[in-house]
Amino acid sequence: MSRIGESFQELRRKGELGVIVYLPVGYPSVEATLELVPAVLEGGAHMVELGIPFSDPLADGATIQRATQVALEQGVTVERCLEVVGRLRGRGVEAPIVLMTYYNPVLAYGEEDFLVHSKKVGADGLIVVDLPWEEGENIREKSLRLGLDFIPLVAPTTQDDRIARMGREGRGFIYCVSVTGVTGARDELPPDLPQLLQRVRAYSPLPIAVGFGISKRKHLEAVRPFAEGVVIGSALIQTMEGAKREEAIARARRYVEVVTGRRAEAPHDDLF
Amino acid sequence: MLPDARGRFGPYGGRYVPETLVAALKELEEAYLWARSDPSFQEELASLLRHYAGRPTPLYLARNMTDHLGGAKIYLKREDLAHTGAHKINNALGQGLLVKRMGKRRVVAETGAGQHGVATATVCAMLGLECVIYMGAEDVRRQAPNVFRMRLLGAEVRPVESGTRTLKDAINEAIRDWVTNVRNTHYLLGSAVGPHPYPMMVRDFQSTIGREAKEQLWDQEGRLPDYAVACVGGGSNAIGLFYPFLEDPVELVGVEAAGEGLYGGRHAASLVQGRPGVLHGALSYLLQDSHGQILPTHSIAPGLDYPGVGPEHAYLKDTGRARYVAVTDAEALEGFKLLAQKEGILPALEPAHAIYYASRLASTLPKEAIVLVCLSGRGDKDLEIVARALGDNIL
Repeated sequence: MSRIGESFQELRRKGELGVIVYLPVGYPSVEATLELVPAVLEGGAHMVELGIPFSDPLADGATIQRATQVALEQGVTVERCLEVVGRLRGRGVEAPIVLMTYYNPVLAYGEEDFLVHSKKVGADGLIVVDLPWEEGENIREKSLRLGLDFIPLVAPTTQDDRIARMGREGRGFIYCVSVTGVTGARDELPPDLPQLLQRVRAYSPLPIAVGFGISKRKHLEAVRPFAEGVVIGSALIQTMEGAKREEAIARARRYVEVVTGRRAEAPHDDLF
Repeated sequence: MLPDARGRFGPYGGRYVPETLVAALKELEEAYLWARSDPSFQEELASLLRHYAGRPTPLYLARNMTDHLGGAKIYLKREDLAHTGAHKINNALGQGLLVKRMGKRRVVAETGAGQHGVATATVCAMLGLECVIYMGAEDVRRQAPNVFRMRLLGAEVRPVESGTRTLKDAINEAIRDWVTNVRNTHYLLGSAVGPHPYPMMVRDFQSTIGREAKEQLWDQEGRLPDYAVACVGGGSNAIGLFYPFLEDPVELVGVEAAGEGLYGGRHAASLVQGRPGVLHGALSYLLQDSHGQILPTHSIAPGLDYPGVGPEHAYLKDTGRARYVAVTDAEALEGFKLLAQKEGILPALEPAHAIYYASRLASTLPKEAIVLVCLSGRGDKDLEIVARALGDNIL
C-alpha cells in the first residue's frame, strides 16, 4: 500500500479527518517552502500537496495566481520543485507528499522523466489539474507501474459513470472539488456538498478529500461526516501574504493549529 | 474526416481542461453535432448570414495592386464587409444560435483586437442573451473604439489585469468565469483554438469563407487559385479559408506575426518558432520556455498577439499541407499602406500581414497565377496604432 493509503488507514483508525495542506513551491520563497512543510505538519496537517507553478493557472483564483507569480519570478521550475521534495525527505519529512501541477510543465520536462524523478525524490502522488481522465491514460499507466498514486479530481458536474471509472482506476484518494469554480477561500460551503460527497461515495471506494473553498474550522466539521479529508490552500496562503519569512511560517503553523482544533480560535479573527 | 472522435488532428487538439468543464464540453459537442446535421438549424444560420451579416461577402480583384506589383492576380475575400467589420460574425452567429438551442441564457467571450467581442456582443443583443466580454487591459487601452462599441451593444466589458494583460489572459479569465458559471453559461470562443469541439466547430462556421471564395473565383476565373493566403493568430479566418481547399491543388500559406523580428523574442509566431505543448485546452504549437512556461508575445496586431494556435494548423504544418511564414510589424504596416493607397481599402492590422506576404509572393509569380487572400477585417479599429507607428507619414 502507498504511503497515502497508509496515511488514510491510520486516520480512520484514529477517527481523524485528514488535513492536506497545499503549498505552492517557492511561495514566499523556496527556502520558506522547506520550512513551511515541517511547520504545517507539526501544526496538525497530515499530508502536503506541493504546487508546481505554471504561467497560466486557469483553474486557480486570485490568491494562488498571485502566489504562482511570486514563485515564477524566483525562477521555480519543475527541477527545483523535485529538488525541494528530495530536500524535504532529506530533512526527515515522512508525511505523504503529492505534486500538483498543470500538464504543460510536465510535458516540457518529459512525462516519463517527470514520473521517474518524482518517485526517486520521494513524492507519493500526482494531481494534474487540466488532464481529464480520458486524456490521462498513458501517464496513469506509467504512474501505476512506478508506484506513484495518480489522484483523480471529481467536480460537481462529473457524471456518475466517470466517477465510477475514476474510483476504479484512481489511486490514493479522490480529490473532490466542492464547487463549480476556481480555487479560493469562501465563507460558506455549497449547500449541496453532502449530496455530491454521497454520490462520490456510492460510486468509488477511494478515500475522499474535499478541496476548493475550505478555509475554516466549521468547514472541516461540516465535511467530517462525508469525507476522509480536506485540502486547504488559498486560505493558508492569505494568512502569509505580506509577512516576512519567519512571520509567514509562524502564521501558517498557527493557522493550521486553529483550523484543526489544536489551538483555541482567536477571538475577533475572521480568518477562522 | 478530422478531428477524430477524441477531437484529435493527428496528435494535436484533445480536451485538456479542469474536470468541471468536461460535462459542458460533451454537452456542447452533442448539441453541435446535432445542429450540424439538422436542416432547420442550417437554414436559420444561412438566413442570418445572408440577411443579417451580409453574406456572401464579395470577392474583389485588386487590379491596381496587381498591376503595381506586376505579377500574379490578387483576389481579396472581403470579410471586412461583413456585418461588424470582420469574419468573426460567422462564428458568433453559429454559436449564438447553438446557445439558444441549448437553453443557456448567458454568454462569456474573450477578445483580443475587439473584433470577436464586438461580433459576440452584436449577436447577443440580437438574440437576447446576457453577454460578458473579457479583454486584456492592454488591449482595452489600444482598441478603445471596440470597447465602446461592445458597451453600446449592451455587453459588459471586463478588463483583465493578470499576466501579460492581452488575449491569452482574457482567455484564462473567460475560462475561469465559465468554470464558475458553467451550468447557465456558454463560452463563445472566438478562434479555432481551445478544447474539442471548439476547433472543429469554429472551423466549420468559418468555412463559409473558403466555400464562397471557391465558388466566386470559379465564376470569375473558371478555376482554382494557385495560392490561398491568410493571417494566423489563433487561426480561425485561415482555417475557414483553407478548409474547403484541402483536397485541391492549392498552396495554402498562413502568415503569423513576426512582431519586431523573430530573433529578439518580441513576436507571436507560434507555428514558425514554437514547439508543441498544452494551453487553453488543446495540444498545439506554443511559444514557451524550456520549462513549459508560456512566453509573453508581441504583435502590432492585437488579434495575432497570442502564444498558441489552433490544433488543425499544427497538423497542417506537420503534414506539410500548409506552409507557415511570419511577417513583421513594419512589413504589416507596408501592407496596410499598400492596400489603402492602391485600392482605397483600410485593412485591419491582422490581415495586413497576409496582404504584405501576398504582395511579395505575387510579384514573384507569372501574370496568369492567382493569389487568393483573406481580408479578414477592416482597419478602422487600428487607426490610432497605425497613426502612432507611422507618425507624420500618415497624418
